[in-house]
Order: sequence, then structure tokens, then C-alpha cells
Amino acid sequence: MKPAPFDYMRPDTIEEACAILAEAGGGATVIAGGQTLMPLLALRMSQPFILVDLSRITALRGVTRIAEATRIGPMTTQNDAIADATLQSRLPLLVQALRHVGHHQTRNRGTIGGSIAFGEPAAESPAAAVALGATLELRSVRGVRTVPADEFYLGPYATVIEPDELLTAIDVPDWPADSVPLFREVALRPGDFALVGLIGSIVLESGKIARASLAWFGMGATPIKARRAEDALIGQSPDSLQPALIAELAIAETDPFDDHHATADYRRTVGQRIFTRTLSEALGIRQAA
Amino acid sequence: MSDHRIELTVNGQTRSATVEGRRTLSDFLRIDAGYTGVHVGCEHGVCGACTVIVDGRAVRSCLMLAVQADGAAVTTVEGLAAPDGTLHPVQQALRDAHGLQCGFCTPGIVMTLAALTSDEKKPGAETLLGAMSGHICRCTGYQGIRKAARALAGEDV
Ligand code: FES
Ligand code: FES
Repeated sequence: MKPAPFDYMRPDTIEEACAILAEAGGGATVIAGGQTLMPLLALRMSQPFILVDLSRITALRGVTRIAEATRIGPMTTQNDAIADATLQSRLPLLVQALRHVGHHQTRNRGTIGGSIAFGEPAAESPAAAVALGATLELRSVRGVRTVPADEFYLGPYATVIEPDELLTAIDVPDWPADSVPLFREVALRPGDFALVGLIGSIVLESGKIARASLAWFGMGATPIKARRAEDALIGQSPDSLQPALIAELAIAETDPFDDHHATADYRRTVGQRIFTRTLSEALGIRQAA
Repeated sequence: MSDHRIELTVNGQTRSATVEGRRTLSDFLRIDAGYTGVHVGCEHGVCGACTVIVDGRAVRSCLMLAVQADGAAVTTVEGLAAPDGTLHPVQQALRDAHGLQCGFCTPGIVMTLAALTSDEKKPGAETLLGAMSGHICRCTGYQGIRKAARALAGEDV
């Protein structure tokens, strides 16, 4: 199908974009890379009066270093982020996750910020933002505020962004270079949304787990932080860990759903398995078969 | 609803037009500009048949508005073969490997492979095969397409 008619606007600056959103009073929709929104427009599931295209706002693109963090411009495309030297060295886990977003062709236009702001519960980028402890900067004509990624999601496709606000920066704090990455997803085909996905990072200090951050995707209405499992990991040494027990804690916090691809039970079963396996492999724990 | 004046190049030729904001790049290329090599299958980003090259990158033209291509350099499958009809290396590879049957999906696949192999850094088979996940083919069973991709990566097939 074809999109319903709309007014198309292409501001050059963040200020202009915020002014348009304020003026529109909720009638405007922002288009970033469009790789999710364009299908919704074509299917007429989204019918905005005004489409605000961010593609010419150069201030929203690129990767820079700020104090103890990496600032990612939300309009940075997924493929540009994957190829970015700073992200490759500072945030290899994010780069790994982005390789699973859509297909090569959609990653050429799809943006990190678009995906984070859209809030598909089975998508990789929102869970990566939560797991890595990112802070999201939101701007409007009313001012600027920052929201931690794990307080950003309210439900499927629902976030705390107000209709007049724009996501203007994604700040990801530094993780030690020797952090242990955890990433695994189960999808029907490469490029499909995850049926079950897990992403996280663990920091070891003198043989003990000092920091752990783990998030599920595709396992509920939003990305889900596995807080009880994180707490159980802190202070432990990998040899004394029982990954299957930690996995049980992690699964207990999920709330997966049935759909035409998989049942909630299937997701829980597979989630438990991939958690156990991913944690064991990451920490070099031998598992009894 | 808004109308917009756009100017872009398609296969090296400058074109200007007035388009509605909602006009997709695929419809602009195929219907307004007559590049019927741009095949439109699903119109919502699933099949990959509409893939074209925009500023050097393979993108789905149904997931982009024509107005967003203002100022861009677009290449469609019509822009690949030499004027004397000599096929582009990607087209030749698909032909040699029996990588097409009905040909509906083919222009999209050709454009993805052409964008990736025009790169300075020669992509490996893994990259080319990975990018094929963005295309659906109902005929070939993919083996001929995979063979062509591996040949383009310099593998013996
Ligand atoms: S027509 Fe564009 S992806 Fe199917
Ligand atoms: S050759 Fe017919 S769809 Fe691919």
C-alpha cells in the first residue's frame, strides 16, 4: 500500500525540529532512518499529519568522546556505527549487537536512535542501551532532560518521550576494556527479530565479579534487566558459580508472550538454556552436559 | 499534503521533478521516471526486490521517500551494463551460476552485490552471503545466488 498524505518537513537544526514538534501539538511524527516507520506508513498503521525528517540535521550524527563515556548521535546509521573505530574499541558489545539488527540494506539507513526511540521489545538496540547503562538526552522547546535507558521504556513501542521531545544523544558510559561480553539471540533467520535474546557485560576484579549488567530482549513488553541475577553474580568467583541457578533467577524476571512464532513457554525454556550457556562460555565455566 | 521540488541523478543523468511528500523512491523511479528495473514486491521492506544504490550504498527504495533522495546519486539496475550490452560483473556472475529464474528478485540482488563489490576493500564471501539475507527469492532455492556471491568474493566455485 501507499502512505496516506502528509506534510513533509526537513529541518536543518535540532532547534528547528523541536519548534516544529512543539507547534504540531502531537500531530507530527519524526522519521529517522525510516526502516521501521516506512512500513508502518505504507500499511497505514501510522498516519501523521506532519512527517519531520531528521536526516539533514548533521548535529545528530556521529560518535564523539565525552567525559568517561561515548556519545552516539541518534541519527548515526547502524552500519556507520558498526564501522566506527571508537565504538569498535570502546563498545565492542554494542557493535556485536548492531550486526544483528535487520539486514545489510536496512542497516545502511536504519539508525541507532530510531531503533532505541521506537522501542520494539524484541529489538537489539534498546536492550543494548539498557544493558550498557546508557543515558538518553531528550530535548524540546521546554528544555533538555536526561533519562537512564532502563527507565525509558514503558511498554511495547511506548517510551517516556513526550510528543514534543526529540532524542538528541545516547551517552554510553565506559566499560573496562577487559569486560566480559555476553550476547546471544535466537531468531528464525538472520536479520529477523529475536524470539529470545540476551545481552550483557561482566567485570571481574581479582577473580571476582565486581559488576554485572544483563538485559533480555524479546522476553516481555520492554527490554528487561535481570536484576536478581546481577545481584547474585556480584562478589562471586566464576569457579564457584552455578550458571543454571543464576539462569533461573534471570528467567523469573521475564514475562514473555505467545505469538505465531513461539509460545511463552518456549521462550522461557530457550531463554534459560541460552542464559546458562552464554554465561558459562563467557566465564569459561565447564558445564556438565 | 506537501509537494516538493527535487533534483537527483539517476544512472548519471540529472532529473528534476515535483513529488508529493509521501511518494516513495521506488514509485518515483519505477512509475514517474520509468526505471522499471526497480521491482516492487512487498512495498514494506520485506522482500528486497526494490533495492537500489543511493550514494554508494544498497538501500530498499520502498523504505525511502523520493524527497529524501533530493541531491543524491541513485543507481538502478539499468545503470550497470555497458552501453554495448556487456554485463556488469555481478550480472555475469549470476548468469554463470544460474542465479536467477523468473528474475523478479534479481535486480535487487544485483544492486546489493554491486554496491558491496564496488568497494575498495574486497568483501569476503561471508559479507556477500550475509547481505543476501535481505532478499527473498521464490524460484531459485538460493544455491545459484550463493554460488555467484562466492564467485564474486574470489572463491573457486
Ligand atoms: S518492495 Fe521494497 S522491500 Fe519489498
Ligand atoms: S528468480 Fe524468481 S524470485 Fe528470484
